[in-house]
Amino acid sequence: MMASRGYWLLIGGLAVVTVVLFVLSLALGPAGIAFGESLSALFSGDGGPIVLIMQEIRLPRAILGLMTGATLGLSGAVLQGLLRNPLAEPGLIGISSSASLGAVLAIYTGLSAAFPLGLPLAALAGALIAVLVVQVLAGSGGVLTVILAGVAVSSFASAMTSLALNLSPNPFAALEIMFWMLGSLADRSMTHVWLATPFILAGWLMLASLGRALDALTLGADAAASMGVDLNRTRRFAILGTALSVGAATAVAGAIGFVGLVIPHLLRPLTGGLPSRLLPASALGGASMILAADILVRFVAPGRDLKLGVLTAIVGAPFFLWLVWKSRRDLL
Amino acid sequence: MSTSLLDIAGLNVDLGGASVVRDLSLNVKAGEFVGLIGPNGAGKSTLLRAIAGLVPIGGTVSVAGDRLEGLKAAERALRLAYVPQEHEIAWPVPVETLVALGRTPHRSNFALLSTRDRQVVADAMARMDVARFAKRPATALSGGEKARVLIARALAQDTPLILADEPAAGLDPAYQIALMRVFRDLAGEGRGVIASMHDLGLSARWCTRLVLLNGGKIVADGSPEEVLTPETLHAIYGVSGFFGVADGGLVVQPLDLVERR
Repeated sequence: MMASRGYWLLIGGLAVVTVVLFVLSLALGPAGIAFGESLSALFSGDGGPIVLIMQEIRLPRAILGLMTGATLGLSGAVLQGLLRNPLAEPGLIGISSSASLGAVLAIYTGLSAAFPLGLPLAALAGALIAVLVVQVLAGSGGVLTVILAGVAVSSFASAMTSLALNLSPNPFAALEIMFWMLGSLADRSMTHVWLATPFILAGWLMLASLGRALDALTLGADAAASMGVDLNRTRRFAILGTALSVGAATAVAGAIGFVGLVIPHLLRPLTGGLPSRLLPASALGGASMILAADILVRFVAPGRDLKLGVLTAIVGAPFFLWLVWKSRRDLL
Repeated sequence: MSTSLLDIAGLNVDLGGASVVRDLSLNVKAGEFVGLIGPNGAGKSTLLRAIAGLVPIGGTVSVAGDRLEGLKAAERALRLAYVPQEHEIAWPVPVETLVALGRTPHRSNFALLSTRDRQVVADAMARMDVARFAKRPATALSGGEKARVLIARALAQDTPLILADEPAAGLDPAYQIALMRVFRDLAGEGRGVIASMHDLGLSARWCTRLVLLNGGKIVADGSPEEVLTPETLHAIYGVSGFFGVADGGLVVQPLDLVERR
């Protein structure tokens, strides 16, 4: 309604930043290919080394960065709106940790080594089991039950992950598990993209349909219901949409924290507070953040394989502290 | 002016194993401003929530002739608006945007606000005198201002029936009276208003009809003069009261605690 111009400028600006970062992600890398050459190689049919690098290494990495980031930003914004809690993020309802557990079990049992898609499929299965458990535990109870069920599922998944580490057959398996859990987009293939895309898109559709319902929820569950919002359907869509998209993103990129928490927070004041306006902004913001972070990890410590999840946590945690500092007065 | 807006027959509500509303029947017509009064725990809020379809019920509730159970949430939202007792506003949304949320049931999922939507929102804000801070974040307002904004949100829903749970709580006398006038005007336009209230003086002067609840049952129903008597005050609230007439209206002022008969 009001400040519409400013809002569309913000969305347009974020879209431009996302596109620029996407192109940079394609163009920048250790292989040192010239900008024009790299982009034309994307569309080339010959099987030269540059074409191979672009189409098999950098393109899937950039696409996964875009999708993972948008997923984390979008689902974070939806969950904060659903739970009416600025601390909500995909990790809170146990999706990320359960997907991680699935992946860890795949590594632990050797499934991931025997069958290349074993790991992402196991991670997806973990996410979907988590969402079922949260739904059943929470029943038709309120917001608090969802959070409590999520915390319970999340703690259990973390405990099982620790157990797998504890019992890991050899140090290499433990190392592999540790590294996987740090989250990374390196060495992903188009197969990963094809595997994750349907789940991520389905999740996005479910989450994006919730804007109006989340707006009404600003006034509390009773007021929203009296305005015609089907609370059970809204919650089911939010949780299942998060499970599909975040589960698939975690399955291919590992657990990447703080993006789902920080991005909606950062953008909320700029969008006028309404969840429906925050959703697209947060998706674009999340995509930008992951793409930027993934470009950074290639240059901050080249050759040391700095993990994406480590970088987002290093940037995210101090931001979170600043947030606590800033909102201290409101909480008193 | 005598269309039946709300028909309740044999309503029972159980919450957490306790029977909160018992075999209650009530009929509200267009043009009535019903004050729902009664001591704490009498079942006023639960009755309002039951009418709004927010709690599982036994018995039947019909709004404008349609059974509540047969209606989808969105269809129900076109027939009645509800103002909860708690002033919950989760995000720093500008007042204007918040009031426009009342248009939710009138809009399809991705539609923008129509000219009519904007007009109804502007009218609602003008009625509740909140247009002055239309651009301010609703979370930054005082308690009384928030209360008025949330009522404006319900008015923007533009429904034949309006339910409000303690709408006058937290308002200064001028705004309390202004709110009562708004509800009277809405009733005069052929809508129905049901508001739970604790201020007996206010309800005596402004409601066209009072319904006194106690223990989940209606114990008195009628004009303020019929319902608010020294006997009911004594028996139901356990207080004595001053009763008078000023400016052609009933004046009721509770005075002191007395032994309940």
